[in-house]
Amino acid sequence: MKNMKIFSLKTLLLVFIAVVISSCERTLSGDVVFATFPNNPEVFIDGFSGGLEYLPFAGSKLDAFTVDSEVRVGEFGASMRFDVPNVGDPAGTFAGAIFPDNGGRDLTGYDALTFYARASQGSTINEIGFGNDFGDNTYLVALNNLKISTAWTKYTIPIPDPSKLVAEKGMFWYAAGAEGPYGHTFWIDELKYEKLGTVAQPRPAIFGGVDKTEDSFNGATFTIDGLTQTFNLASGLDQTVAAAPSYFEFKSSNVDVARVSELGVVTVVGAGEATITALLAGVKAKGSLTITSSGNIALAPTPTAPVADVISLFSDAYTNVPVDFFNGFYGGSTTETADIVINNDNLKYYTKLNFVGIEFGNPTVNATAYNFLHLDILTNNSTSSNFQIKVRDRGSNGVLNTDIFTGNPLPDDKEITFTVTPAQITNGEWLSIDIPLTGDIATQKNNLAQIVFVGDIDFLLDNLYFYK
Amino acid sequence: MKQGNTSISKAPAVLRHAFLSVTILFLAFGCGDDTQTVVTRTELVMQDEFNKDGSPSSDLWGFDIGNGSNGWGNNELQYYTDRRENVTIQSGHLIITAREESFKGSNYTSARLLTKGKFEQQYGRFEARIRLPWGQGIWPAFWMLGADIDTNPWPAAGEIDIMEFRGQEPTLILGSVHGPGYSGGEAISKSYSLTNGRFDTGFHVFGIEWGPNFVNYYVDNVLYNQITPADVTGEWVFEKPFYILINLAVGGSFVGSPNDETVFPQTMLVDYVRVYK
Repeated sequence: MKNMKIFSLKTLLLVFIAVVISSCERTLSGDVVFATFPNNPEVFIDGFSGGLEYLPFAGSKLDAFTVDSEVRVGEFGASMRFDVPNVGDPAGTFAGAIFPDNGGRDLTGYDALTFYARASQGSTINEIGFGNDFGDNTYLVALNNLKISTAWTKYTIPIPDPSKLVAEKGMFWYAAGAEGPYGHTFWIDELKYEKLGTVAQPRPAIFGGVDKTEDSFNGATFTIDGLTQTFNLASGLDQTVAAAPSYFEFKSSNVDVARVSELGVVTVVGAGEATITALLAGVKAKGSLTITSSGNIALAPTPTAPVADVISLFSDAYTNVPVDFFNGFYGGSTTETADIVINNDNLKYYTKLNFVGIEFGNPTVNATAYNFLHLDILTNNSTSSNFQIKVRDRGSNGVLNTDIFTGNPLPDDKEITFTVTPAQITNGEWLSIDIPLTGDIATQKNNLAQIVFVGDIDFLLDNLYFYK
Repeated sequence: MKQGNTSISKAPAVLRHAFLSVTILFLAFGCGDDTQTVVTRTELVMQDEFNKDGSPSSDLWGFDIGNGSNGWGNNELQYYTDRRENVTIQSGHLIITAREESFKGSNYTSARLLTKGKFEQQYGRFEARIRLPWGQGIWPAFWMLGADIDTNPWPAAGEIDIMEFRGQEPTLILGSVHGPGYSGGEAISKSYSLTNGRFDTGFHVFGIEWGPNFVNYYVDNVLYNQITPADVTGEWVFEKPFYILINLAVGGSFVGSPNDETVFPQTMLVDYVRVYK
């Protein structure tokens, strides 16, 4: 991380003058309570405001930011110039930085961060906002995919709840990538906090405003995502920003079933039903999570195979090889997949199953010297249908070749199907499955790339690995 | 507003009265010299503080019901009712609610109250304290029509729009007069904007002071326009009794239709209506 500190003597002088002038005109009453932190609203007007630093993100083009005195709003000073690199630029893959004032500022008297921006071409700033301090980012705010044009235009990033920002360090941050293969330049000026008085009609949301339901178990955790705050601005248009969990006050309707932390992590602690909701500055957020917990479940048996004899795809007992995804969301698939953590054991929870594919093609698994695929599953809703596991070798051509009508492998792919019958499944008990790597893949298992589950049960998956 | 399209500003009126407006602004924000005021609040002759929960008093208020002719002449989308869902008094406020619902062939319901045949007056100060609704396609208004409209059809009857508001322009209201030769899109109109606020987050007083050959327009304590016979491009038809209307329209040519961002229901809260002699 590159750490540059930039002072603008002129800005400091201006601030000094402003203080002197205002102190001539004001008389303070005996009731005045002094703020602990300065409430300077300016971030970058004609130059840096006092105390502001520039810290680019790791991996970004470190010198993407410069002060430009040629392009600016107004007759004097300078603007902030950002040069987004081309794809493949060795100096960095994107432009991005934070601009903190590590002394902290009291922003409670403002309702928005505003600025003027223009770009060398119509383009998108992927993320732009405030509250990023390379620390806890407690009050992080991001306006995602802000489209800017080639003309200077004023933009407004509303503060989800100004009363929280009593000592904010993260004055401004951004991240932007190339448009297509080519980079571009954009400028920001007159960057400051304002009390607009027109930021109104707050409509917070969690889970993107959706009322979600989950069947779960003791020890399972969920992270509340899709946290946003939406305001109507003076333009009459809505503006939505992504807001950090700390702006919200989360609540569980039944703390004997599920508890929720101030950071929005839900932990299931008992059997029954609980609904998680949230408030932001006293306004009820749209969206919720209703958990139906079946209480305690046992964890899967701990694997006993020696580390040297295992290629693991998903297990806490081993180091896992790269997996592209645990749900390919193939056309026609209804299957949903959730990450569940019970007592530090990571599980995949598959629901609404018809079929679902796991792929691991980067790189493929060479199981020539391995004899079995192992997995542990647990379900609470066994049915009269078979549960099938398909293991696919994609051959030497580097792609999976599947008959789109039958799902069968096309040459040069090879596949085996292993069937678990309903009689083998007991609700609420872990079933350990060991599949011999024989049959069609007995002599071609050096490019294993896919595992498919077919059936209609909801199940937990753990310890998915190849072994000798 | 009754049958109007987009109102237009009239530059000469603005220029002519710029000096007056500046003077009033100075007084309003000045040193509190009570001896000079243009705001006349003496001899209250009608008031409704909406202090009794339930339906508005039938002694004072009637209702327009239905979807009018061509959406009340403006292609408005709502069906007006007098149901509690659309109009009620609670906690000291008249609450007019626009809802998105299928009702007798319309997709929205709302309400329109009027004092026709119950309270009609020539001249005076007419004011209401209102918190406005918001969003694309939302069109509340506090306005007046000439009491002889049944025998002297609009626009000859005359119309005084004390306040009109486009939900998609939350910082701005309009005050207008319509008459023969200056109606609809040709109305004599001026807007007033809040610089650090908006009309849907708190109450504001919208008023006119109307006398022989003038109508003065106020928001809170700010006089922002005066319209006289010299400003209108036709006959001055404001020397006779008018009645009051309060309504919350949805859609129509003045505002356009609601869109995906428009939140329903929308409520217009009226704290009081007062008329001075």
